[in-house]
Amino acid sequence: MAAPPPDPQFVLRGTSAAVHALHFSCGGQEPDVPVLFSGSENGFINVWNLKTHRVDKALDGHGRKSVCWVETMDGKDRLLSQGRDQKICLWDLAEGRASVTDSVFTENVGFCRCSLLKVAQGRWLMAMAAKALDEVQVLELPSKTSVCTLKPEAGAKLGMPMCLKLWQINCGSQPLLLAGYEDGSVVLWNLSMGKVLSQLFCHQEPVMSLDFDSEKAKGISGSSERVLSIWSLNEQQNLQVHTTHRLVNAGISDITIRPDKKILATAGWDHRIRVFGWKKMKPLAVLDYHTATVHCVSFSDHKNPSERLLAAGSKDHRISIWSIYTQT
Amino acid sequence: VCFIPGGSDCSISSLSHVLGKVCVRGRQKEILSVLVPRLAELTKSDCIWQRICWRLVECVPDRCMEAVVLGFVERAPGADVLSRLLGNLVVKNKHAQFVVTQKFLLLQYGYTTAVLQNLLGYLSLDSLRRALLIKVLQELLETWSSSSAVKHSPPEQQEYISKAILICLSHLKDSEIESCRQELLTSMMEGVKCHLDSSLPQIRRLGMIVAESISSKINTDGPVLKFQYEEDDEARDLKSLLVQAPSFCVPSVPDDSRKEKADAALPSASESNGKSHTAAAHVVSDEESDTELDSDDDLTPYDMSEDKELKTKAPVYIRDCIEVLTGSEDVDKWEATVKALESLVRKNPAATREVSVELAKILLHLEEKTCIEGFAELRQRAQVAVLTVDPIPVAQYLTSQFYSLNYSLRQRMDILDVLVLAARELSCPKVHGKTKHVEKPCVQLLPASDSSKDWRRIVDERIKSKTRRFAKGPSQVQVASGPNEFNSVAGHFFFPLLQNFDRPLSTFDLLGEDHFVLGRLVHTLAVLLYLAVNTMAVTAMGKALMEFVWTLRFHTDSYVRQGLLSCISSMLLSVPAEHLLNNMTEELLETQSWLGDVVEKDPDGDCRRLALQNLLLMENLKKKLNKTVPS
Repeated sequence: MAAPPPDPQFVLRGTSAAVHALHFSCGGQEPDVPVLFSGSENGFINVWNLKTHRVDKALDGHGRKSVCWVETMDGKDRLLSQGRDQKICLWDLAEGRASVTDSVFTENVGFCRCSLLKVAQGRWLMAMAAKALDEVQVLELPSKTSVCTLKPEAGAKLGMPMCLKLWQINCGSQPLLLAGYEDGSVVLWNLSMGKVLSQLFCHQEPVMSLDFDSEKAKGISGSSERVLSIWSLNEQQNLQVHTTHRLVNAGISDITIRPDKKILATAGWDHRIRVFGWKKMKPLAVLDYHTATVHCVSFSDHKNPSERLLAAGSKDHRISIWSIYTQT
Repeated sequence: VCFIPGGSDCSISSLSHVLGKVCVRGRQKEILSVLVPRLAELTKSDCIWQRICWRLVECVPDRCMEAVVLGFVERAPGADVLSRLLGNLVVKNKHAQFVVTQKFLLLQYGYTTAVLQNLLGYLSLDSLRRALLIKVLQELLETWSSSSAVKHSPPEQQEYISKAILICLSHLKDSEIESCRQELLTSMMEGVKCHLDSSLPQIRRLGMIVAESISSKINTDGPVLKFQYEEDDEARDLKSLLVQAPSFCVPSVPDDSRKEKADAALPSASESNGKSHTAAAHVVSDEESDTELDSDDDLTPYDMSEDKELKTKAPVYIRDCIEVLTGSEDVDKWEATVKALESLVRKNPAATREVSVELAKILLHLEEKTCIEGFAELRQRAQVAVLTVDPIPVAQYLTSQFYSLNYSLRQRMDILDVLVLAARELSCPKVHGKTKHVEKPCVQLLPASDSSKDWRRIVDERIKSKTRRFAKGPSQVQVASGPNEFNSVAGHFFFPLLQNFDRPLSTFDLLGEDHFVLGRLVHTLAVLLYLAVNTMAVTAMGKALMEFVWTLRFHTDSYVRQGLLSCISSMLLSVPAEHLLNNMTEELLETQSWLGDVVEKDPDGDCRRLALQNLLLMENLKKKLNKTVPS
């Protein structure tokens, strides 16, 4: 007899708007408090204290336009946030401050979340959707210089980029970009030459979200249809479909693989969070708490495995925090 | 009869005279059935025989020409044979020309398609005759596009002319089409307008098919006219006439079979692709599981039995439904409500009665927000449910709206359909809470589209069952009956519909342009009266309907006239005979003479048939009463 699914460890209330982005920052040493950053539809970024379960700070930098992505650069003192006001802001949160030190004007009106990759000490690459509808631009931060602009060829008709993932095989090697597009295909780009290395058509509907495991060279993508597609990258750097997994209800907004690559979580339009084992896509749990579409899921980066958490933000204004499969 | 071949000139005129006399007397079959095959054979290769044959027919006296020519046309096995036998008779002889081009095509419509093909093929085979072919086509098109012809000529004749047009088109060469292109275009435009205006579906379809064919011939490049109509055997037969078929007509559709094969090839190709994919995937996963330790077993899954498909719940209360339908932005909920509404209304009659008129109003104006399958039917069933649960106020509302401003024709016809369906439900006795269909053939569930055929069938069946009943007694066991709920409300359904039919509104003129709706209204009244049998109000209803029919009896639209005759049938069947003969004797006599007129003179075959049935019903009525009157 399988155990009934667990309840959330706790639920964060108080955003008063749909939650679109989540990011943990729990790797700091004591007395640093583990925090969770959340971006809401009303333009606020809330900094949640995970000990007190209350909002420590509320950052207002996007003119009340929805915040769709938050990510930290090296610890919780520097935060990047992307809003639908076509701006990406860099926040300085050290020592109690809360100000925008820099911003990038993307001129893009889409929904594509950016992707950040640390390539060297003090240097990051950020991929974002560019002004032209089907282009992706990669910037180097903090200098904000453009590394390349990835434009698909004229007849490709990929549509808008929907989700991005920058990765590299190991530190120091070539960074690559995986992009999921509106026409349902996932494309692997070579950044130095700005060329397509491989394109895989894996969904009938736009690719909503993807995540990639660089160790196993395997990735997973979800779309608005009922199928999750798991694909892999072979030695010739070609993408091929590995398996597909059929879901009970259609629609996935977010997928994320836990940093230890053991499990992954999907955020569904059917209000449920599904947890799978990454190795064989074994369904492990269906977490049914929210009453509206779940927009984002995120795993925490606790150093101690038993403290690891899973957070899910939903349209019903709540963030549910779960402690699941923490023993391994 | 054997002919003397030879080099000498012989006079065949005496033979022609004999042939002519025989044919005129009506003995075409006997003589031509022997003559034509032999001549056909003989003329196949021999020129002299051809000339003899031509001479033979040319010398037939004028008064017999028609009989001879028609006989030949009927009996010739193909257009080329006819050409050999008759030669250029139609060009040389004025009388033959008249017979072939006018009488055969325009003044009668009895011949089969094969004979038409023969004749028109014959006209096309010689350059001298082709001028006649074009002339024939022009005259046919003139008739086809004349609105009075479409309105007043019988449907069979219109079909005949349409077939002739299609065959002519199939024979015309491109150069000829170019030369008369403008005329073709103008007549097509006019003709399609009058055909689509008609209330009878077969006329509309004929118009559409012919217009499509003409358009495809004159616009060989560029977009052609395309209509949407039911593709049944008749339509396919008509369209096959457009293609020049050899004498052994094979309606070959090679494209379809090729397409089928291609479709079959596609799924099998994708299947094989899918199989190779999964095979590759299996190979990969097998390798992986062999080499790596299976640490996934450490992760025990939780219970996921609650994980089911999401279904939006429909509201459980009627008032909630009203809220959702009027205001809600949530389309999933709206869909669920529309699907659940009918059963909710039926399960909660008391709650529905409180808000029945409001609900009826919402349903009448309900438009399709999202794409639901069968939306029109769902809406209609919900409306019927509301009407049956609370008949009087809702019927008052609906009948008043029928004559109000600013409704579309579709909505007005929906009102009529809903009234009839609800009346049928109310009048059928309910056994154990379910409506059971008793032994009498009941009114079928009326389709939303044209249902004129059903009316006729229903009335026919009823008439048949009635007339049979005089001979045998009721042979089936009567099912346990319940009270007829239609009794108390029949008048509310019926009389308001009769009130304002002659008062035109700015958007709705029953007696003018909207004669299609008038036809539907008349049919609806007929059915309502039929369903009102055994109710208290039936006599009054019958009388009122009689007056209504009397004022409209000379209406030009044949659909309306069919409806009026169905009204008379319903009246004769539903109103008890004694009431009819006591209260309405004068009207009955007048009606009888009118019906006699219709039987003889009405151009529409269905009208004539209905009128005849009504006369028979009246006869039966009289006989029945004469039997019961004590002598």
